[in-house]
Amino acid sequence: MKFFAALIITILLAFISGLFLPWWGIAIAAMLAAIVVRQKAGFAFLSGFFALLLLWSGLSYWIDSENESILSVRIAELLGIGDNSFLLILITGVVGGLVAGFAAMTGSYLRTKQRS
Amino acid sequence: MRIIPFIISAVVTLILIIALGRKWGSIPPMGKFLSPQHGFWQNAEPVNRDYSGDLQIPGLKGSVNVYFDERLVPHVFAENDEDLYFVQGYLHAKFRLFQMDLQTRAAEGRASEIAGPRAVNYDREQRRLGMKFAAENALAEIEKDSLSNAVLTSYSNGVNAYIRSLRDSELPVEYKLLDFRPEEWSKLRTALLMKMMAKMLSSGVEDDLTATNAHKIFSEQELQMIYPQVNDSLAPIIPKGTVFASPGIVPIKPASADSFYFGRKESANVAEISRPDKSNGSNNWVVAGSRTLSGYPILANDPHLELSFPSIWYEMQLSTPSTNAYGVTLPGTPFIIIGFNDSIAWGVTNAGRDVKDFYSIRFRDESKQEYWLNEKWEPSRIRIEEIKVRGSATVYDTVAYTVFGPVMFDQSYTGSGTGHANLAVRWVAHDPSNEPMTFYRLNRAGNYNEYAEAIRTFDCPGQNFVFASKSGDIAIWQQGKFPARWEGQGLYVMPGEDTSYSWQGFIPQTENPHSINPERGFLQSANQRAVDADYPYFIPGGYISPRGIAIDRFLSGMSSVTPDDMKKLQLNYFNVTAQAALPLLLKYVDPEKLTQDATKYLNIVKSWNLGADPASKGQTIYQCWFDSLEAAIWMDDIQQSGSAATFPDEQTTLELLLKDSTSLKFIDNINTIEIETLNDLVTSTLNKVSNLLLEKEREGKLEWARFKNPRIYHLLKEAVMPFGRQGLNVGGSGNIINAMKESHGPSWRMIVHLGPQTEALGVFPGGQSGNPGSPYYDNFVDSWATGNYFNLWMMKKSDATDKKVKWTLKFAPAAA
Repeated sequence: MKFFAALIITILLAFISGLFLPWWGIAIAAMLAAIVVRQKAGFAFLSGFFALLLLWSGLSYWIDSENESILSVRIAELLGIGDNSFLLILITGVVGGLVAGFAAMTGSYLRTKQRS
Repeated sequence: MRIIPFIISAVVTLILIIALGRKWGSIPPMGKFLSPQHGFWQNAEPVNRDYSGDLQIPGLKGSVNVYFDERLVPHVFAENDEDLYFVQGYLHAKFRLFQMDLQTRAAEGRASEIAGPRAVNYDREQRRLGMKFAAENALAEIEKDSLSNAVLTSYSNGVNAYIRSLRDSELPVEYKLLDFRPEEWSKLRTALLMKMMAKMLSSGVEDDLTATNAHKIFSEQELQMIYPQVNDSLAPIIPKGTVFASPGIVPIKPASADSFYFGRKESANVAEISRPDKSNGSNNWVVAGSRTLSGYPILANDPHLELSFPSIWYEMQLSTPSTNAYGVTLPGTPFIIIGFNDSIAWGVTNAGRDVKDFYSIRFRDESKQEYWLNEKWEPSRIRIEEIKVRGSATVYDTVAYTVFGPVMFDQSYTGSGTGHANLAVRWVAHDPSNEPMTFYRLNRAGNYNEYAEAIRTFDCPGQNFVFASKSGDIAIWQQGKFPARWEGQGLYVMPGEDTSYSWQGFIPQTENPHSINPERGFLQSANQRAVDADYPYFIPGGYISPRGIAIDRFLSGMSSVTPDDMKKLQLNYFNVTAQAALPLLLKYVDPEKLTQDATKYLNIVKSWNLGADPASKGQTIYQCWFDSLEAAIWMDDIQQSGSAATFPDEQTTLELLLKDSTSLKFIDNINTIEIETLNDLVTSTLNKVSNLLLEKEREGKLEWARFKNPRIYHLLKEAVMPFGRQGLNVGGSGNIINAMKESHGPSWRMIVHLGPQTEALGVFPGGQSGNPGSPYYDNFVDSWATGNYFNLWMMKKSDATDKKVKWTLKFAPAAA
């Protein structure tokens, strides 16, 4: 239950941060969510990671289908992964996920530190 | 002890954010780049994007309505000139910002700010050529005229209104890839864009440096043979037999010319690193009512330039109650550049006249502060160019300015050469002028006199302005500011110690080559020499003859001409050079001495129909064979002159062979003991190229289009190949009317039929949007490649509800 709550809160905060802050606002969002929903480090990392995997892959997937993959094919080729839009969407999610995962983990240690 | 995991975790997070937030080599900041709310995903527009809207912008006087048709061509309706050009600026920025920004920074010599140290030499060259100097001089002149000043200011304000509205996430994708930001626009940048065109078309048509090197080893007569002034087969722009006025200025050859100029055998082992393509040229023609089916004139134009994404051209209609014009524009400058209005149509091809000369300078010492001129030391004007370099220290370059111009090459800069020479460059583009006014007036011209008046002040780059009016006039003027030269002046580097070698004046404008309503009922220009030898001025230049020959021949034989005939002519693949060259090759080849493969290819080319169609094998075989023959004839001789000299062009080589077939001395290879004959060369070269041809045939690339792989690069070239297009099914070559080379060719094709209801057709290989994420990025390419044209819609204000209008963007002044 906590995991699910952390996930949702991270997704919401990350999306909102994207409207006002530069791209790294997702780290702040993930860290905040980890402070609000206290989890052990490992779970914090995973909820941060999957939150951004879902958010970033989800957003890019939606954008890509509206765009009929015109740009994603070109960018994928440019980045050397062939014309694989799906892979690009996945990589997008993973990159966001990694940043949010570690940020959330950092947040979880912060909370635990204060406790002891 | 949670503090340690916390610190480790925090450090990892920070390292990730920093690493993903910066550029690594050519890899963009991946965190920012991939973020769906910030990065490239934001440029992946929905294919059904709605371009309609209501904008309130400070700076507008009245309201402006922009109607987009389904090709995303904006039809702009304003109430006054300033608003019109304000919105033109806004639209140029909205759809082509990166292009405008990059091109003008490159023109100014500021590419290093984006590309880093590897662009420093390029930037130094632009500064030393005086690109910024030229733009500053042009701007000062433009600002003296209140109308030009007001228009350019409005245009600039419009561009900036768009730039200021941009959020980071809305930046064009190229900025995100290269990790930099757009710079605000200014009138200087418009002037720089005009100088970019000037460089493209009038810096590089002269061969002064290579000719100077060739001068070392060839005699004057030999040079005349290799680089002739007037080709035998020339079909000049101005019909033969036209009577020319007596010259208003007769330049005097300096007394010392025979020894210090013609007699000088010093080489100049310097070379420009960014020379424009010599093929930068075009075709245009007009057919009078006497030859058309309708009885009304038809005008056609197809400018040939390096193709790119986005296209150098942007299509639009510009309308106010007092002006209405349609055509293609250059993002970075206001006005319609090639197009038509309700009364006339016009087009341009490059004149190719030599308006750039080099002078050899003797400095007193390394400081370059004084140079020897007319028997004394003259102070130079020192200009220190500051070149900012991304990721590195600023480079300072000291350039000396002399009475001739900037000393482009000196001890500290030799371009791509290895020698040493102090050379000042005298270039017409440096002189103050106001080219924008020409287009302002042309857009509004209603008849021949207004057209002639409009182009009168157009100085650089010299262009062949073709014209037709609804009232039935046709005309052509080779217009520019051209130096009046004594015979031979400017072919080679001149002594810069003596002002008697300066340009003594310019050819009076009224004496520029021109023709109005000729008997024969048509006019054409295709970068050939404007006039035959009867013209009373010495006019060197880089001319191309074959297309003019072909166009002249076809038009002469046409009657009851329709726009459809003009389409076919623009798309014509007939190889007029091959028509004369192939029989020559077949005559001198020795079939006994050919290999089996060579024999096979000989048989194919024997039955070739002389068309450079995309599927033609004969064209591939012919071209490889003749190119190889040219190299075999010239390489050994030209190589003696050291730094890269250009081969004489195909047409010249052909004419020399036709005249002189077996006795041309250059046929012999000076590096071998035997004396080669033409038979030897023609045969051995076919054998030689057959190896290449066989290889290509095996790859399925013997057909002409597959052999040359016609392609269009994005402005960032090989760095972003996925943003380009390759493998286009197009034939042709630089010497053929349908002048597609590999990535250089017809950048716009336009045909205007000036009947009571104007009928206009056009197409360019690109799209209106510069965004690689837009369906409008390259949606015209296939039509262009197939030879299809779009109907150009000259919209009326009352057409606002026409179903051809897909989106409406309304501009209104912002409340104060």
